[in-house]
Amino acid sequence: MYDIEKIRKDFPMLNNKTMQNKPLVFLDNASTTFKPQCVIDEINRYYLETNANSHRGDYDLCYNMDVEVSKTRETVAKFINSEINEVVFTSGDTEAINLVAYGYCLDNLKKGDQILISVYEHASNVLPWYRICELTGAEVVFANLENKRVTPNTVKEAFKKYKNIKLVALAHVSNVLGYVIDIKEITKIAHANNALVLCDGAQSVPHMPIDFKDLDIDFLTFSAHKMVGPTGIGCLIGKYDLLQKMSTFHLGGGMNVKFNKLGEIIPLDAPSKFEAGTLNLSAIMGFRKAIEYLNNIGMENIVKHEKELSSYVRNKLKGHDNIIIYNEDATSGILTFNIKGVFAQDEATLLNSKGIAVRSGQHCAKMIDEVIGEPATVRMSTYFYTSKEEIDIFVENLINGGDILDAYFFN
Amino acid sequence: MPISLTNEMMRAIIMDHSSNPLNKREPKGEGYQKVHMHSDNCIDDLDIYLKVENDKVTDACFTGIACTISLSSTDIMCDLMKGKSKSEALYMIEQYNHMMHEEPFDDEVLEDAIVFINTSKQAARIRCATIGWNAASQILKGDK
Repeated sequence: MYDIEKIRKDFPMLNNKTMQNKPLVFLDNASTTFKPQCVIDEINRYYLETNANSHRGDYDLCYNMDVEVSKTRETVAKFINSEINEVVFTSGDTEAINLVAYGYCLDNLKKGDQILISVYEHASNVLPWYRICELTGAEVVFANLENKRVTPNTVKEAFKKYKNIKLVALAHVSNVLGYVIDIKEITKIAHANNALVLCDGAQSVPHMPIDFKDLDIDFLTFSAHKMVGPTGIGCLIGKYDLLQKMSTFHLGGGMNVKFNKLGEIIPLDAPSKFEAGTLNLSAIMGFRKAIEYLNNIGMENIVKHEKELSSYVRNKLKGHDNIIIYNEDATSGILTFNIKGVFAQDEATLLNSKGIAVRSGQHCAKMIDEVIGEPATVRMSTYFYTSKEEIDIFVENLINGGDILDAYFFN
Repeated sequence: MPISLTNEMMRAIIMDHSSNPLNKREPKGEGYQKVHMHSDNCIDDLDIYLKVENDKVTDACFTGIACTISLSSTDIMCDLMKGKSKSEALYMIEQYNHMMHEEPFDDEVLEDAIVFINTSKQAARIRCATIGWNAASQILKGDK
């Protein structure tokens, strides 16, 4: 039994919080998520009870910290089904993608090689590739879209059109349109063409079960803060032989076996060789608690709840012709829309004045206008703790919210 | 001064300047200084043009795309700027910024710009309400 009321009680931000003197309705979960008390407590437990560095001492506190880090690595590995040593801690999804760019692509791509992406990728899955291409002479190419998403078909076409694709880097779920792509089939096609696959899981790992081994992708990236975990921690999951082949990105303490006066450095094995400097230890502890919390709810239950909300909101908006929805058939928790004749930012401000948090603009996917034909949209995004009552408030204000200037004159 | 404007009148002024911004046009001829402004958290992407002759702003206009608040605030700014000396214009901008941040301000010089007095209620839009004004300030200060 999915008890939404019970779940919501676990989150301080979901209890008695207001914005603009109205009860807070948080519908910007694709941007970041709220944290349950147990995650907050676990972050604090680092500072209150276990405060020590990892890998750097002979005393008990330090040893215990090593155990904490290992436990999180193990929990992450189990959560997405990888080997434990395939889990690299990064500051988040963005750093994880940059790590593949600088650690793998910089050494292995050359002039004439190609990286296949889509126009709806988030900046973090575009700009690192632009820079790598600038540095190596490789080029970024774009997959065609079918129904506003990359499909096995369009990837096949891309491999026919472009002969030197070495890496396919795609969002598993678009942060603007919310469509889930068939990454497993796309990976098969990429591998048959000797290309590697990076799956940006920022919007998928928090919302659905992911099996790294079954999908057979080479790299998976995601952030903890989008899955009720702390900010400042995320992961690169990489096939171990690839991680071993990759160069280190950050250098410093904790990533090397030894170095000498000749400038020779012997790095540790993966994943440690990528984790220079003191890790974000409190966040690593909180991250484990976040995954335990998600496991407890059950990823299948999360999918089911978000699907229900997705069709609930779409049904409620049916027949309101002044509301233009750009992803009518998406089943994830993302709804992207505009009100006819109203700037996205003005609508978002009006909703803010009603206590409703949504995002407006291009959502960091600055080439998206090519897909939806608008310079900006409003995006509302749910999570497993979003209630139907919140959707009701959102819809009510979308339909009968009044004039955009009410945000400034009625309060 | 127009502090006595009713809410309805203030709304009408904002809507008028956003639906029909008369100063949203290319500059007429030579002699303009231009500043490009864009926003991280809004659609605003504007070029602001000011023509300053003998210490006086003789024309002000802008091009680009913007949300309702930045469109209307920039249009009103252009109206108010024309005919002012540089120091008068800078004083007005300073007072406008005080108003934005709920600090004491001289309402005598703000004229129609007073309609943005409630912007601080929507703090995320302060950047929109000041984007054109900041551009004008940059031009005027750089021109000193």
